[in-house]
Amino acid sequence: MSPGTQYTPYHPKWYRRRMSVWWWLQNRSYVYFVLRELTSVFVGLCALLLLWHLRALVQGPEAHAHFLAQMRRPFFVGLNGVGLLFILFHTITWFNLTPKAMVVRLGGKRVPDWTIAGLNYVAWVLLSVAVAVVLLRG
Amino acid sequence: MPPSVTLAVTRYRPEQESEPTLQTYEVPFRKDWVVLDALNYIKDNLDGSLSFRWSCRMGVCGSCGMMVNGSPKLTCAAFLSDYLPGPIRVEPLNYFPIIRDLVVDMTDFMHKLKKVKPWIIRAQEKPLADGEYLQTPDQLEMYKQFSMCINCMLCYSACPVYGLEQSFIGPAAIALAQRYNLDSRDEAARERLEILSEHDGMWQCTFVGECSKVCPKNVDPAGAIQQLKLVGAVDWFRFLLPWGTR
Amino acid sequence: MRPITPFLWTLFGAGGTIAALLFPVHLVLSGLAFPLGALEAPSYDVLYGLVRHPVTRLYLLVVITLPLFHWAHRFRYTLYDVLQLKHLYRLIAVLCYSAALLGSAVAAYTVWRIP
Repeated sequence: MSPGTQYTPYHPKWYRRRMSVWWWLQNRSYVYFVLRELTSVFVGLCALLLLWHLRALVQGPEAHAHFLAQMRRPFFVGLNGVGLLFILFHTITWFNLTPKAMVVRLGGKRVPDWTIAGLNYVAWVLLSVAVAVVLLRG
Repeated sequence: MPPSVTLAVTRYRPEQESEPTLQTYEVPFRKDWVVLDALNYIKDNLDGSLSFRWSCRMGVCGSCGMMVNGSPKLTCAAFLSDYLPGPIRVEPLNYFPIIRDLVVDMTDFMHKLKKVKPWIIRAQEKPLADGEYLQTPDQLEMYKQFSMCINCMLCYSACPVYGLEQSFIGPAAIALAQRYNLDSRDEAARERLEILSEHDGMWQCTFVGECSKVCPKNVDPAGAIQQLKLVGAVDWFRFLLPWGTR
Repeated sequence: MRPITPFLWTLFGAGGTIAALLFPVHLVLSGLAFPLGALEAPSYDVLYGLVRHPVTRLYLLVVITLPLFHWAHRFRYTLYDVLQLKHLYRLIAVLCYSAALLGSAVAAYTVWRIP
């Protein structure tokens, strides 16, 4: 008898398939899901990048110049480029899934998903502009 | 239009073989036939020993769910013409133990449905003489979507979390819990939230989202689970409020 | 004991929202545009002046710590699902959240010690 066969009081013989370690390659949605989940790695790295930049700023002008020089190295340019793609993927998937978790009702009717997602995108644009203005204008 | 199409169907006869195998059948192609029609053709004309479940043939009973070319489908709604040129792979629903051929064991699922107490619970039943519990159309709208479930278990077969962890209470059961939580006549939302907050409850879900995509009734179990997580998270912070302690 | 999962999920959600809203612009500016000279980078003194402001300090603390907890939570589940490491449940949880805590502690200390 194969190891996949099990017995229960009600059924003579069961067969249970084992889940492959490669289950997430078996269809496109699962690959998409795993890529979406892996954005967290780049979110973490981006937080560390900000921390590094902050520490360089606090340590003085030389440390800050060193930080900028490091960022010009091909390794970091590549990492930041790939990271940006993943973080944009995170942003888009996050906004699009927000209305699934947040149900807003106005006057007894559910606010449509695209409105909630749309508000997220508007906030994104506004905040990005605000951060850029503060940084560029000092 | 081809004269015929090949179906590769899972056979598992526990008295004969220790693992499932695929057996191919050549069935006539008709453009108004669904996979279930082809299976019935096999059963009636080619091989009477093939076992599978079906009943209504119209997407209501939820018993003919199978994997068609690797995706969970109601076979009564999966047209042969969408899978040309074939062969079309028909297998039992993923992640459930196989009893015979295309028939899976649903005992686990039945236990899970029952676990979320899917019935209206009142703190105090009102006497019969006081009449029905009335509901406005808006109150009905709150939960209607989640009440459309036909227990076909396609969502479980689409859920890798359930595949990896059989103890996970799963999409349909959580959506059903949400259906009663949102019902204005029900008063047991807290009780269900506690059941769903257990180790094998909603926090296991990683929002793959496939359950909602494969649902033939647009129940959106993935949405229900995330909404419940939000309720659970807000509930967790209640102890910070002076009036929130239980 | 109160199960802590809903709290950790809240951190995951808050961190994910902050990362979605603010990380693209920060990464484009600090990681690419300024070092590569695509945009004229603000001088050291300007940036330093910004960082010293109490509002900026609070902002930086939030923007660094919450996304770290977002990572810890999400990555932990990715390890369970993709690598099927559910049996190492405790070890993975401890490692992930400890890493996030450590990063947060460094961030808090740095923000605190800005002269």
